[in-house]
Amino acid sequence: MKHVLESVESQFEVFQILNEDGKIVNKDDMPDLSDEDLKELMRRMVYTRVLDQRSIALNRQGRLGFYAPTAGQEASQLGSHFALEKDDFILPGYRDVPQLIWHGLPLYQAFLFSRGHFHGNQMPEGVNALSPQIIIGAQYVQAAGVALGMKLRGKKAVAVTYTGDGGTSQGDFYEGMNFAGAYGAPAIFFVQNNYFAISVPVEQQTAAKTLAQKAVAAGIEGIQVDGMDVLAMYAATKHARERAINGDGPMLIEALTYRYGPHTMAGDDPTRYRTEDLDNEWEKKDPIVRFRTFLEGKKLWSEEEENKVIEQAKDDIKEAIKEADKYPKQKVTDLMENMYEELPHNLQEQWEEYKEKESK
Amino acid sequence: MREITYASAIKEAMVQEMRIDKDVFILGEDIGIYGGSFGVTNGMIEEFGPERVRNTPISESAISGCAVGVAMMGMRPILEIQFSDFVMIAMDNIVNQAAKMRYMFGGKTQVPMVVRLPSGSGLGFAAQHSQSLEAWMAHVPGLIVVQPSNPYDAKGLMKTAIHNNNPVIFFEQKGLYNTKADVPEEEYKIPLGVAEVKKEGTDLTVVATGIMVNRTLEAAEELEKDGNSIEVIDPRTLVPLDIKTIIESVKKTNRALVVYEAVERGGYGAEIASLIGESEAFDFLDEPVSRLGGIATPIPYNPKLEKAAVPQVEDIVKKVKSMMNK
Ligand SMILES: Cc1ncc(C[n+]2csc(CCOP(=O)(O)OP(=O)(O)O)c2C)c(N)n1
Ligand SMILES: [Mg+2]
Repeated sequence: MKHVLESVESQFEVFQILNEDGKIVNKDDMPDLSDEDLKELMRRMVYTRVLDQRSIALNRQGRLGFYAPTAGQEASQLGSHFALEKDDFILPGYRDVPQLIWHGLPLYQAFLFSRGHFHGNQMPEGVNALSPQIIIGAQYVQAAGVALGMKLRGKKAVAVTYTGDGGTSQGDFYEGMNFAGAYGAPAIFFVQNNYFAISVPVEQQTAAKTLAQKAVAAGIEGIQVDGMDVLAMYAATKHARERAINGDGPMLIEALTYRYGPHTMAGDDPTRYRTEDLDNEWEKKDPIVRFRTFLEGKKLWSEEEENKVIEQAKDDIKEAIKEADKYPKQKVTDLMENMYEELPHNLQEQWEEYKEKESK
Repeated sequence: MREITYASAIKEAMVQEMRIDKDVFILGEDIGIYGGSFGVTNGMIEEFGPERVRNTPISESAISGCAVGVAMMGMRPILEIQFSDFVMIAMDNIVNQAAKMRYMFGGKTQVPMVVRLPSGSGLGFAAQHSQSLEAWMAHVPGLIVVQPSNPYDAKGLMKTAIHNNNPVIFFEQKGLYNTKADVPEEEYKIPLGVAEVKKEGTDLTVVATGIMVNRTLEAAEELEKDGNSIEVIDPRTLVPLDIKTIIESVKKTNRALVVYEAVERGGYGAEIASLIGESEAFDFLDEPVSRLGGIATPIPYNPKLEKAAVPQVEDIVKKVKSMMNK
């Protein structure tokens, strides 16, 4: 009788290109990115860090609603996204607003999403994405469907979905991968393993040593990536995308990362379940710090440049908040109209009642 | 007596039962040091340890399915579904499995589990975290469905639920968690199928469930000022339902209104209204039985619209007045 678990698990190793000190440790896999691309990656990470800080502040002032902090996860979110094309379809989780923004969702709409305004979920023409999923796991099964749709339509594009370490415990997680695998559909499944699902550490989610290995049972490729390394995240995603488009099937990418902030802004206090030591350990791996070191070494980045991005982000955020404030408030009749293509006749009366109230 | 919150009352019932019966244990997401999303299980892992206060992987399907299995082994699991909306993922285990096992196995097995469901709107949790789905559960033969409206009932009904050998669906309105009332520390139970007349009156009977009991009592006070005497009945348990108390009341007041938080269409209040209409109380009615429930939209995130979507005190007052002035 042969046991394979240990040998399977031991084959998973962390894919890394840029180490904590900002040094390239894996030249072979260094992606082919121009200097301008490298700088753009940095800009996006810095910009998104500012957006996170401002969003938290705006939430505390009561000017934003639901918000799930992203600091710490920039490389995982933006490195992966940078490898995508406009035609690729994103199915994000609630923490994945940055990918949506860089996919083309205007900032003011992201703010309206946070405020629960339906316009925040109305993707503009050409932005191929859903608004963030909050039912853990649901995006994984839908991604299988979106990928199947792409295959049936003969599109050269992929469906890309994100969940967290906790999300891997849902049936939907396996079922989505299994479906996409069985259909050979072009999907990329991301797990951003930030080691906690609200208060529950990943060791309590599963006996599996890695989350990437969960791909094996679905018969698809899986890889574990240093999620604080923006180059590795980019390279892994690019690779997964090429495979998928070539008809080689879906892939699971586990990104090892960390969220510095609370779970959401709705009253979570991480000190109840995480130690300061652990926080500090992860901050040493910060994706922006190491990429800055790398770029400065190549003379591609300076403090001035960084300050420019920070100022730009702040200005954009100010403008976007103004625009969100100006956007017409939603009404009860809007909600009714949004629900069905044609209002069922027995709701017509309710609709009229509210229309009348609203006209006063 | 001491005043404690609805949340503490539920916890106290669980803690007391767990001290007595080693087979009772709780499981759910973040119920350990975190104390659950609403703090109901705060401090329990410190007393009972991680074996009896089990933080689960995020899988409502496995939480409920595992509970069915472990209950058949003679344990008495109490599961917390973080928000009642996520019970959708547990539905097969509850509806096709837990509810039917005793029946299908000719009474030879039983599934004594309590499913705790933080439900309802009013706290800004939006469409997928604010529903009132009790009608879904009450529709399924084999389930017991309870819906306490205050701390005293919450404790007493939780005790009853834990002792019951059938699957019990326990609806907890999230907006009630911080409400306080006198609750005795000692042992007491509230029987299933016994409604409570919360306020006596002569002009109109309101049957209200969950948080609507509190809103109706407030409305009744307001209505009293204009000389309308309202009788308020809290069924406390939907399955089994104490229809007798309701019928007796309607025979006396000659008017009946059912108020509930769930979407009015197809809600459990529709069942109560039908039962009144089909009963001997029909001949006593001065006008048709009425319902007041939520409007047929998902619960909005916007606080103003969220309020507009479910009955508020003013809406109840208005509805009663319109019935009284006919
Ligand atoms: C079906 C379902 N169950 C439970 C929840 C409540 N919930 C929201 S976020 C969360 C933790 C998710 O953790 P993880 O997947 O690791 O993602 P992270 O928040 O760390 O990014 C839980 C349990 C939910 N939204 N949906
Ligand atoms: Mg996580």
